[in-house]
Amino acid sequence: MTRKTRRLWLVIACVACLGTAATLVLRAFSSDIVFFVTPSQVAASPPPKDRTVKLGGMVVAGSVHRERHGETPVATFDVTDGQAAVSVHYEGILPDLFREGQSVVAIGTANSAHDFTASEVLAKHDETYMPKEVAEALKKSGKWDPRFGPPPSAASWNSMTVQDARKDMTAPAAAPAPAQTTTQPAP
Amino acid sequence: MLSPELGHYALALACVLAAVQGILPLIGAHRRDPRLMALAPGLAIGQLIGLVTAFACLIHAAVTDDFSVQNVAANSAVSKPLLYKITGVWGNHEGSILLWALILGLCGAAVAAFGRNLPSALRARVIAILGLVATGFELFCLTTSDPFARVWPAPMEGQGMNPLLQDPGLAFHPPILYTGYVGFAVPFAFAIAALIEGRVDAAWGRWVRPWAVAAWCFLTCGIAMGSWWSYYVLGWGGYWFWDPVENASLIPWLTGTALIHSAIVVEKREALKIWTVLLAIGTFSFSLSGTFLVRSGILNSVHAFANDPARGIFILGLLGLVIGGSLALFAYRAPSLTAGGLFAPLSREGALVLNNILLCSLCAVVLTGTMYPPFMSLLFDRTISVGKPFFDATTIPLALPLFIFMGFGPMLPWKRAQLWPVLNRLWLAAGLTVVAALVATRQLSGVLPVLCAAAAIWIMVSCATDIATRIQLFRVSLATSLHRLRGLPRAIIGTAIAHTGVAITVLGLAGMSQAQHRIVEVPTGSTQTLAGYEWTLTDVHSEPGPNYTAMVATIEIRRNGQLVTVLRPSKRSFNTQNQTTTDVAIHTNLLSDLYGVLGDSHGTEGHMTYVLRLHYNPLAPWMWLGALVMAFGGALSLSDRRVRVGAPRRAASSVQPASTQGNNA
Repeated sequence: MTRKTRRLWLVIACVACLGTAATLVLRAFSSDIVFFVTPSQVAASPPPKDRTVKLGGMVVAGSVHRERHGETPVATFDVTDGQAAVSVHYEGILPDLFREGQSVVAIGTANSAHDFTASEVLAKHDETYMPKEVAEALKKSGKWDPRFGPPPSAASWNSMTVQDARKDMTAPAAAPAPAQTTTQPAP
Repeated sequence: MLSPELGHYALALACVLAAVQGILPLIGAHRRDPRLMALAPGLAIGQLIGLVTAFACLIHAAVTDDFSVQNVAANSAVSKPLLYKITGVWGNHEGSILLWALILGLCGAAVAAFGRNLPSALRARVIAILGLVATGFELFCLTTSDPFARVWPAPMEGQGMNPLLQDPGLAFHPPILYTGYVGFAVPFAFAIAALIEGRVDAAWGRWVRPWAVAAWCFLTCGIAMGSWWSYYVLGWGGYWFWDPVENASLIPWLTGTALIHSAIVVEKREALKIWTVLLAIGTFSFSLSGTFLVRSGILNSVHAFANDPARGIFILGLLGLVIGGSLALFAYRAPSLTAGGLFAPLSREGALVLNNILLCSLCAVVLTGTMYPPFMSLLFDRTISVGKPFFDATTIPLALPLFIFMGFGPMLPWKRAQLWPVLNRLWLAAGLTVVAALVATRQLSGVLPVLCAAAAIWIMVSCATDIATRIQLFRVSLATSLHRLRGLPRAIIGTAIAHTGVAITVLGLAGMSQAQHRIVEVPTGSTQTLAGYEWTLTDVHSEPGPNYTAMVATIEIRRNGQLVTVLRPSKRSFNTQNQTTTDVAIHTNLLSDLYGVLGDSHGTEGHMTYVLRLHYNPLAPWMWLGALVMAFGGALSLSDRRVRVGAPRRAASSVQPASTQGNNA
């Protein structure tokens, strides 16, 4: 075994392993990546039904309805970026920090331009913190320009969203008043 | 006495001492001046005393509720239990950086204390490099995140700690994880010192390996504890989120695992020297980047509590200096390191090389998956996320060959091996693996879980076979075998135990892939069936806690009418922060976990319904048990005689095959 043949073996092993790794990564990139979409993107062109996406935006105040199908809890709520609203259907427990008028990320599939089935709903740890994706969505929709100060607080954004989003909304489940109390148990 | 000002002063003093510790011994080692070199241990211990004083002052301020200290006011409250007042010190940004510096100081002092038999120049350089890194972190602490800053007027009550962090698991998780991260600074310092000296030999490998193994044990425990915390506190039913922060701890663990294996080759055969030095640099760089990712928030993550660009820029600069500087030095000096011993592809060295290549490929995959989303959003303004499906599809196929080679790698002799004698010993393991695969096909659904379960059995049986062959079990009398077992180097037993730990974890992961859950909304008195158990919600009532009020549910679990256990999951409302947390109830019999979460309640008095999430998690405890076994194996090999007796003198010639017990050629 000379130094040269050993090097050859090393190179072959490296190329084989890294090649496999690269193939696996590329294959997974084409099928397993989850894209982030805003409600207006879903409304404009809904993603394919078998494609998992992340939908991010604000929960429209007063749009949360909870009911029971048999023994399964079902929640429906509207998510908006100020341009369009998408109705989200979710079977399961909403996270502790889920609030009307605050940011939320729903992971699932879009059934149509206004109908979304979530398999998971995420609300962030911190109540004042806005997820980066949601902040981006707000910037894109023109509701918030970072040059003119910090993002609107959850409370003002809440009422602003409801009124502004209503104009564009085709779904009838709009909130009557921004000041409605949440259905969460008071902490 | 222990005032915040004293703490601030002690921290500044430690920073200055660290800077001196980073400069004078380096000059001394360069000029071969024994007086300057002899300064290193004293300075390292002095720095540690400063840091301990600073840390004690911060703990004192937290325990005595000194809300004039901004850090305490922002993170503590009078009503907080004493344990969390102490552990809350490192539950926030400023305190955790101070803890990081303290552990780095401890590492420097440990090298000073235990490195007596190192050549004086090498020891001076190692301590000096640790001093330089410490200077950077202590400057960061002093300039951008001062834990002792006062606030005026002092508030009467603090804002309290995030209730999610008020948990014993998370309280002790950061110190252990940080010890793992920071511990890799020592192999890093050894690597830099070796590059400055231009000399890496077997003795170097033997000195650096215990430090790497110790850090690796802590990192393993730290990652397992983090995952366990996420399992039983966050209550989402899973154990690993593939969150950037979690990946940031997994990446140095993968390269660190590669490092402790390649250092064996340096120690035994003087090969792979340049590669080991690079791994030591890389592992610490990834550890540093891990902190950077957590602290800067460039990766959006559920863990990113602190988002502050000024800190991010400082850390980025520090990171650039440490990583860029060390890689530049590596590029400049590595060619002068001589290549080492020859070996055939089929040999212990060859197996360890393959282990390194596979671990580094895994690391590359995890790194790609973690960095791709921020990269895409930065360059193409597309927001994407990469989650469990991606990592499952990429990491498991790469891990499976690793598991297979793990079985027979330790049996191969050094230099050159014959495949047949080794395979001959593994008939039993192969047979049992096939049986396990057949059983698993009936029990588990999905191809990958079956393969993983079979691979785990393969690893366990081949580890047992390896030890059995070494002690000649059933060939000589049992007493002789036991005697031989006692005579085996602990490093070999440690290896077998650590590998078995991997197998236990893999079995746990395979079991967890079969977890079942149900989400129901029911009134009290109703019964659900899940995984053969009947779960009855008998009662929900409220209970006061020290700084919260809890709503506690009682779920009785029966199997065939026999009461198995009573779960009491609860939902806690914290008064200070206006926050609620869910408190998961878990019953484990070590083979499976019964896991209950209480959700919202709806309806009016007398007609209340409660949302419950019920999980059946087979083999879940094995995942963390396996990690503990891995760490125990590492610790056992640290107690090996060769390490305890102390490192040998550096051989005059570089030929040094040392312990013949280790190789069974």
